[in-house]
Amino acid sequence: MITYPGSQDDRDALWALAALDAEAVAVWHDDGELPDLDAVVIPGGFSYGDYLRCGAIARFSPATASVCEFADAGGLVLGICNGFQVLCEAGLLPGALLRNESLRFVCRDVPLTVEREDLAFTTRCTAGQRLMLPVKHGDGRYLPPQDLDPAQVVLRYLDNPNGSVENIAGVCNEAGNVMGLMPHPEHAVDPLLGSDDGALLLASLVDAARDRVLAAY
Amino acid sequence: MLVRPKPGILDPQGEAVGSALGHLGFEVRDARVGKVIDLEVEATDEAAAKAEVEQMCERLLANPLIESYEVEIVG
Repeated sequence: MITYPGSQDDRDALWALAALDAEAVAVWHDDGELPDLDAVVIPGGFSYGDYLRCGAIARFSPATASVCEFADAGGLVLGICNGFQVLCEAGLLPGALLRNESLRFVCRDVPLTVEREDLAFTTRCTAGQRLMLPVKHGDGRYLPPQDLDPAQVVLRYLDNPNGSVENIAGVCNEAGNVMGLMPHPEHAVDPLLGSDDGALLLASLVDAARDRVLAAY
Repeated sequence: MLVRPKPGILDPQGEAVGSALGHLGFEVRDARVGKVIDLEVEATDEAAAKAEVEQMCERLLANPLIESYEVEIVG
């Protein structure tokens, strides 16, 4: 889990991953060398104050360069909210995230549908399943590139909170090892938090990371 | 340098500004909001300065998917 100056959901992400029996560690953005990892989560927040464009500066952190190498080698990378913006700016995911159509910061639970059940991030879900996850962002309007393969859409909003094109809430890269989403699974891992649907996504990632480790033995 | 939302990209900020101008009684057909970035660089000549700033735009200052840019050399 990468922490940038301005990340704010890093501790929640660590807590959620630990609750799902992952051994989660925080990596400071200035550390160019990643520890021995099986998956990377880039959390939400306002890295570098969202200066210039959301995620634009974080892309140049030493840790981000290492994450790009990790992803290019097939490593599993999940970007949540600001982490999604960072992955788009870094070119690991297609498209861009722009100011919400309403110009308002949205902070509420939104229903979503799962489009892909075969990814490392969604094995605990079924295609067409409805998830309830919180969003909280001012810049979440996803604009895909014109040539986006529809198979790269992982999640869609059932109640579009930000004007995202084709209700896209989460996408993956062509290889399927990098995913970004605007909703926050790490804030929805226990019924006490209003929903535990986020645990399905994060636990899928933990499963996949663990399977890869076991397969390597 | 001047960074603008590309044509066809929805610019809600521009729409809000246009609507506010309408409330003031100005007739505005379209409003788009971009940003100006002033840079001071040392270069042997204008062409070299422009080429360098254009690289900065491509790599950081603008996102080519959603923004266009123009470089103007002053001084």
